[in-house]
Amino acid sequence: MTRDDILKKIQIKFGGRIRKIFDRSPKRIYCDIDKNDIPEVVRFVFMDLGARFSIASGVDTPDGIEILYHFSFDRLGLVFSLRTILDGRNPEIESITPLMKGAEWIEREIHELLGVEFKNHPNMKPLLLPDDWPKDKFPLRRDFVQDIDKE
Amino acid sequence: MSHKVSIPIGPYHPLQEEPEFYQLIVEGEQVVDIDVRIGWNHRGIEKLAEAKSFDQVIFLVERICGICSTSHPLASVQAIEDIDGIKVPERALYIRTIVAELERLHSHLLWVGLAGHFLGYNTVFMWGWKYREPILDIFEAITGNRNHYGMMKVGGVRRDIDEADIPWIIKQLDTLLPAIEMFRGAVLDDPVLHARLKGVGVLTRQDAIDYSALGPTARASGLAIDVRRDEPYAAYDRVKWNVVTQESGDVFAKTMVRILEMAESVEIVKQCLERLPKGEIDAKVKDISPGEGIGRHEAPRGEVFHYVRSDGSNSPSRYKVRAPTYMNFPTFKTTVIGETIADATIILAAIDPCYCCTERMTVVDNKTKKMVFTPYDLIKLSQEKTHRLLHRFGINDHPHTMTGTA
Repeated sequence: MTRDDILKKIQIKFGGRIRKIFDRSPKRIYCDIDKNDIPEVVRFVFMDLGARFSIASGVDTPDGIEILYHFSFDRLGLVFSLRTILDGRNPEIESITPLMKGAEWIEREIHELLGVEFKNHPNMKPLLLPDDWPKDKFPLRRDFVQDIDKE
Repeated sequence: MSHKVSIPIGPYHPLQEEPEFYQLIVEGEQVVDIDVRIGWNHRGIEKLAEAKSFDQVIFLVERICGICSTSHPLASVQAIEDIDGIKVPERALYIRTIVAELERLHSHLLWVGLAGHFLGYNTVFMWGWKYREPILDIFEAITGNRNHYGMMKVGGVRRDIDEADIPWIIKQLDTLLPAIEMFRGAVLDDPVLHARLKGVGVLTRQDAIDYSALGPTARASGLAIDVRRDEPYAAYDRVKWNVVTQESGDVFAKTMVRILEMAESVEIVKQCLERLPKGEIDAKVKDISPGEGIGRHEAPRGEVFHYVRSDGSNSPSRYKVRAPTYMNFPTFKTTVIGETIADATIILAAIDPCYCCTERMTVVDNKTKKMVFTPYDLIKLSQEKTHRLLHRFGINDHPHTMTGTA
């Protein structure tokens, strides 16, 4: 399977639901989709196209919270990143952990650090932050103020 | 009546190098469940990176880990270079490769030593760390430091390799090859090691895919993934080397992958030194444009993944780091369950989780809250199992060498 085959297959399968494909460089592709399409596209990329889940990263932007799911096509050395944007006040998305076990930790981490709700996550327990961490404070949000700075 | 006992391991113990918390649920000798909790060592590096300039970020990520101290900087400079597609001078690419492979050598040797210790082969521990010493000497000659080398820089490397040092470095590396061959022979020929490692802590190929396992952990389960070959960076596509894989997925396979990889690393470093091109070592990058970049490097434990976003200022607006152990850790869920406590030590150590977990273990009786096993006892438990096997195989062994200090 070549790089073009992957792009073609994704376009045939999801066509109009893909908002933008950003063909950044020979080894990097970014693809913007709606958050509701994430489980279906992730399933296709992971199970049918056989990509390896590298990691997800969350970014707090002025437009909302962006989640990037990075997949690696190891045979091609290609990183394929699915990008979706969530409402900044009420970030909520379907969990992909039921599709692949490798996503469990990173969803827990994004939940803690950026306050994103992952619906139907099988094991949403604290991972990094202490158990008594305030429920409404998210360290990687733009509006987060570190108390320690006041010293 | 259920005889389930939970074994809290950590988070803090005088014998632990790093805080971490495992909960092993055991029934008799058998492990029936495991839960891992991280975060005691959470330093907020990603948040900190947003307050540092791109130059400082490299130094910051170098401090994530002392053993992988060039893996994170290498992934980091590659992520930042990916934003603008910066071209790095040829000589710098070779130097990057040399430093990265030397790191793999010292890291794998350290692991071989620790694994030997956990199995009760303290001579292996001494040997592993003895042969690691020349590598650290090479590091000192090239970078000025035995650890935390400060070599990586956006657009190149910070220090050049002195041509006069090269014959000496090659000589040092050549002394290592017989040692690697000895370790390989020792693992292949020793019936006790076969009994301790084969079929223990198996990670199947399918589980390796589901958990997205990385590095030697994945390669031991038959997944031929290696960023060095798949997305060649530095000078990896200019030298000849092989991706080492094994099929069985057990601790034995993980050990073999690491030992065989060391021989490949020696070859890579030697080829790079022989072909080291002349020229600049720095592209002298001034500004970073707005955009995003991904940098990957095959660290000793697997793929390191860095994602960086720039808004055009001199510091990143978002920095994401994913270390390989983050993906390999959760595989414990399949590899440890069903095994005995005596084997848990080496299985947990087999993914090489930055530092071996063994010393983090404590067994506590659920009712009395009394400590049943200290971490030291658990290593002893593993060592005694080897001891018994040595007896069964009729191999002479000296009891006093079996119980070194942790």
